[in-house]
Amino acid sequence: MTFRLPDDESEKPDLKRRDFLRSGAAVAVITLAPGVTLTAFGGSEAEAGAADAGKRWGLLIDASRCDPDCNACVTACSQENGWEDTGKPETDAQWIRKVTLKDKATGRESSLPVMCQHCEEPPCVDVCPTGASFKRADGIVLVDKHICIGCRYCMMACPYKARSFIHEPIVNQKSWAPRGKGTVESCTLCVHRVDTGRIPACVEACAATGNKAIIFGDLKDPESEISRRLAEYPSLALRADLDLNPGVRYTNL
Amino acid sequence: MERTIYRELKATRRVWEMAVLLGLVILAGLGAVIYLEEVGHIGTGMNNQVVWGTPHVFAIFMIVAASGALNVASIASVFGKAPYKPMSRLSGVLAIALLAGGLAVLVLDLGRPDRLIIAMTKYNFSSIFAWNIFLYTGFMAIVAGYLYLQMARGIPDRYIKTAGLLAFLWRLALTTGTGSIFGWLVARPGYDAAIMAPLFIAMSFSFGMAVFILVLAALCRLGERPIGEMLLRRMGRLLAIFAAAVLYFTVVQHLTNLYAAEHTGFERFILLQGGIYTMLFWVGQVLIGGLIPIAMIFHPTFGKNPKAPLVASALVILGGFAQVYVIVVGGQVYPMEMFPGYEYSSSFFDGQIANYRPKLTEFLLGFGGVALALMITGVGAKVLRILPTNLSDANVGQKS
Repeated sequence: MTFRLPDDESEKPDLKRRDFLRSGAAVAVITLAPGVTLTAFGGSEAEAGAADAGKRWGLLIDASRCDPDCNACVTACSQENGWEDTGKPETDAQWIRKVTLKDKATGRESSLPVMCQHCEEPPCVDVCPTGASFKRADGIVLVDKHICIGCRYCMMACPYKARSFIHEPIVNQKSWAPRGKGTVESCTLCVHRVDTGRIPACVEACAATGNKAIIFGDLKDPESEISRRLAEYPSLALRADLDLNPGVRYTNL
Repeated sequence: MERTIYRELKATRRVWEMAVLLGLVILAGLGAVIYLEEVGHIGTGMNNQVVWGTPHVFAIFMIVAASGALNVASIASVFGKAPYKPMSRLSGVLAIALLAGGLAVLVLDLGRPDRLIIAMTKYNFSSIFAWNIFLYTGFMAIVAGYLYLQMARGIPDRYIKTAGLLAFLWRLALTTGTGSIFGWLVARPGYDAAIMAPLFIAMSFSFGMAVFILVLAALCRLGERPIGEMLLRRMGRLLAIFAAAVLYFTVVQHLTNLYAAEHTGFERFILLQGGIYTMLFWVGQVLIGGLIPIAMIFHPTFGKNPKAPLVASALVILGGFAQVYVIVVGGQVYPMEMFPGYEYSSSFFDGQIANYRPKLTEFLLGFGGVALALMITGVGAKVLRILPTNLSDANVGQKS
């Protein structure tokens, strides 16, 4: 299963700004005081109500293009969303991490990023007692920080270990990525960017390195870059046996 | 055989001493809660790999034991065994108290305990957790009603029997729900098994019986009321059968897993190479919580010692904690198989056995919950007529 994706100029995700605006970006802006604006992007199910059911956002990760020594996607996510390494790896949040793999039979090594897989049938959403874990109409799986009670059942249920619990008080958080001690969080697929027509920070950073290992796009649009590649080359879903139909796919593993 | 007379506990010096002691343990638990509220879960040993730790072991043990504590009442009113009848009021109070203690620990360990009102008002009915909220509150309401019917004057027996049957069926549902919290987790190799539900039911019979025997003996001692050796032995034998049922389901659980190649890694970990978890399984659960107490109860000479049911109960409780610890923590420290056929690692501890060292705060919270359950039971015995004045063999009779 080692296919290389062709190098062509159309590797930028097939996204049109107008599509995003038409999709009814779930943006709520509250002006607290002159010059101080609190912007919440799709942070709750009500706010996310306007997400476009005609789209399903996803990622395609090409392991053959992922440089084992590169951490650009992780750094970009951390900077964008305000989670950081505080020197306590067991309790620090990690929305995305690089996993190093070694084929037990052949010894071949590869590297790839793992984050929330934005499942179509997310176990975290099924088990959440309050409905704080939810899936938007466009497939993005989020945690509503206002009704998360911090029970961590979603972390027990997620087969991808995609979620982190906030173990300590948080300071200097980003207004577009609200976080709070005692709640659970994970990759939002940079919903605040997606809702304003931009691409997730990890995708942008990966492209900037020249590796271009991550493609973002609409899985429901057969003409999108991601759909065309998925149609053309073999890919796989992690834990495909669970039949969760994740929005994140891997190729050239 | 005189009629059973129920009397409140007298406020003796020893009763007060016990109340103060339990109060102090509850206060220490509350202290831990306030501390954790301030610093967050960094003040516990839990982390992003082991998200449920020692507080959950205490909570699950107590919730499971709660429905088992109702055994005695069920045996009396549903299965019509007369010797158990005088104890059925205490059985109901202890069931409510254990559930309250367990739920207190569970709720106070939440990341946001202040948001309890959200858990009570917003439900996602595809979550077994949400179902459990109804199963737990419903259990309390049904057992309270059952207690009322038992204690009110002039209630026909058939009403009590119906209430007892409802409570019995409800407690089966409750433990099924608790077991399914784990049984329905498809992601982890240690869970994802339908046998979790019957296993938890067997555990509840066993743990609940053990707790009941010890609490009854302690209350009788505090209240200076006689308790028959035959009665204790009778309950001890029942406990041994329940403990054997737990072992049976445990054997089936592991044999089934061993048969599937995909689960052999997890089984090797728990049964052979898991260090503390392997020890807790074999020495804690199997030996201390199962084989030894069963052997004690059925031993031709020691089995006749009046202390045997009490020692066996204490061992079943210790083994029970070990078992719940192995299920809850052992099931999490073993990594999820995300990339079959690959060795893999990451900065997020993928593919490796996770670390978990419980901290004092977790034990304070857990023991606080235990003390709360005992305090509620004690206060119940102090203000309500739930404890018979005389449980001697001559009084309760041995025929059923």
